[in-house]
Amino acid sequence: MSRQIGEVILDLKQVSLSFGGVKALTDISFNVREHEIRAIIGPNGAGKSSMLNVINGVYRPQEGEIILRGQRFTKMNPYKAAQAGISRTFQNIALFKGMNVIDNLMTGRNLKIRSNLIQQAFWWGPARREELEHRAKVEDVIDFLEIQHIRKTPVGRLPYGLQKRVDLGRALAMEPSILLLDEPMAGMNVEEKQDMCRFILDVNDQFGTTIVLIEHDMAVVMDISDRVVVLDYGKKIGDGDPDEVRANPDVISAYLGASH
Amino acid sequence: MLYRENGQFKTSYAADQQIFPITQDRWAIIGILVFAFVAVPLLVDEYMFRAILIPFVILSLAALGVNLLVGFCGQITLGAGAFMAVGAYAAYNFHIRIEGMPLLASLLLGGLTSAAVGIVFGIPSLRVRGLYLAVATLAAQFFTDWVFLRVPWFTDYASSGSVSVSNLQVMGWQINNPLNKYLFCLAILTVFALMAKNMTRSAIGRQWMAIRDMDVAAEVIGIRPLFAKLSAFAVSSFFVGTAGALWGFVHLASWEPAAFSVDRSFQLLFMVIIGGLGSIMGSFFGAAFIVILPIALNQLLPAIGDLVGVEISTAGISHAELIIFGGLIIFFLIKEPHGIARLWSTGKEKLRLWPFPH
Repeated sequence: MSRQIGEVILDLKQVSLSFGGVKALTDISFNVREHEIRAIIGPNGAGKSSMLNVINGVYRPQEGEIILRGQRFTKMNPYKAAQAGISRTFQNIALFKGMNVIDNLMTGRNLKIRSNLIQQAFWWGPARREELEHRAKVEDVIDFLEIQHIRKTPVGRLPYGLQKRVDLGRALAMEPSILLLDEPMAGMNVEEKQDMCRFILDVNDQFGTTIVLIEHDMAVVMDISDRVVVLDYGKKIGDGDPDEVRANPDVISAYLGASH
Repeated sequence: MLYRENGQFKTSYAADQQIFPITQDRWAIIGILVFAFVAVPLLVDEYMFRAILIPFVILSLAALGVNLLVGFCGQITLGAGAFMAVGAYAAYNFHIRIEGMPLLASLLLGGLTSAAVGIVFGIPSLRVRGLYLAVATLAAQFFTDWVFLRVPWFTDYASSGSVSVSNLQVMGWQINNPLNKYLFCLAILTVFALMAKNMTRSAIGRQWMAIRDMDVAAEVIGIRPLFAKLSAFAVSSFFVGTAGALWGFVHLASWEPAAFSVDRSFQLLFMVIIGGLGSIMGSFFGAAFIVILPIALNQLLPAIGDLVGVEISTAGISHAELIIFGGLIIFFLIKEPHGIARLWSTGKEKLRLWPFPH
């Protein structure tokens, strides 16, 4: 493998999150190293998606802190997370349905746009130049994900598997350093899953992007991830490389039910 | 057969990102502009200008503004009439209080004032949405109604709240007859429509549409809802305010606050819903439908009555007009909830493939 797993880039310390009386996450700590593929697994309702939402600031944890490249965030918000190079995909596709594929990916370039509203209104100098520049970048993503044939199709009309791919494309258009994937393979058939695995590994390998993913397909998780965190009822019950986690008795009982 | 894009290959992204990537569309739009600027003035009489064309052009501009906010950014508003009023009265005050103020500057300053007021009344959109936001923007309507009736400074202490302007000119060009008024409004509409199109195809437009379609995802990729929503309110109010200033200055010449009542807000909202939300073209279709259809019915019904030998009373005509108008609105909304613009684009797509169905 060409990639080299580096230092800890993202460190979560004692994160607790509750909604009223419901404790979604209790005292969770784990870290993510640069260039690695880190999986979060656990049964339904274990708090996996909440974990991602905490990382990119959609939810604010009551306790704990997030350390991103040595910088401490007690209050993350989505905008700061995006600026810091974190992008994500969503479990139940959150694409912009009224826009076509190119425009959806172009929104991913939003933080890099410098021209102002008046320049854009007159399609003038910098605005025009930027449109072309970012279009070229977006076309690179389109080529990478092999979605050239649908570039002008409104995303609402695309089949599910392709929508998932466009969702990944929008996250990639941001050129993130950390990519959060929330069940990228949920509801896909075998071929689509294979394609998606290939894209995830390629992103990790070619761009060196750090990937944090949630997935239910254990074969996939154990196959592609470097380290795995296991959550159950909002608590961390396992952490380590796939083999370690597979052998962990707590994990086995959480998934298969313990024999008391 | 004529409407085909076969053989029109794009070799650069610049060519692919044009407003009208299909050659036939470019010719069509040039044709429409030539028709509107050259042929219409030769063909049409004064009544047509005054009763149909000038209102149509100005209300298209206002509908365009409303569409940017409601159709592109998804923030529903019932305050369009208020922003027209702000534009009109602000332009009036700039015009009479500053000596030698050029007409165009007054109109644009009116629009800018309206944009500032729009931002203020857009602030609730950060917390509430949908119907609740509609009610919040309705506050703008009642507020401006009250201000322009009760605060005499805004109407230059005119006794009835009615104000008037005269002797309009732009760099020596007298805007005194219906033809010149029409051309003046049309020129402004053309520039504004181009601006609207440019905004909707660049970063700011994508921000608006992202907020409309899925606001959580938009935030996650680094779009700030505050900026996107308030900029949509500002630009929309700028368009609507400029339209309001034109409505007062050019169309009415003397007006009172009742000219911009809540009816106007509803009318503009209906225009964009019927015309097509999120479509520049739709704004024109909607304005045409609402402005031209009642007048056309009014003219047409007696003629039809004569044809079948029935005398229809004037009252009967105005009743029938409302019935048919309402019926047509319902028909269009059932047939195509996305508005006339969608019918138009579906038609174009079919034409591209004709005679094959797929």
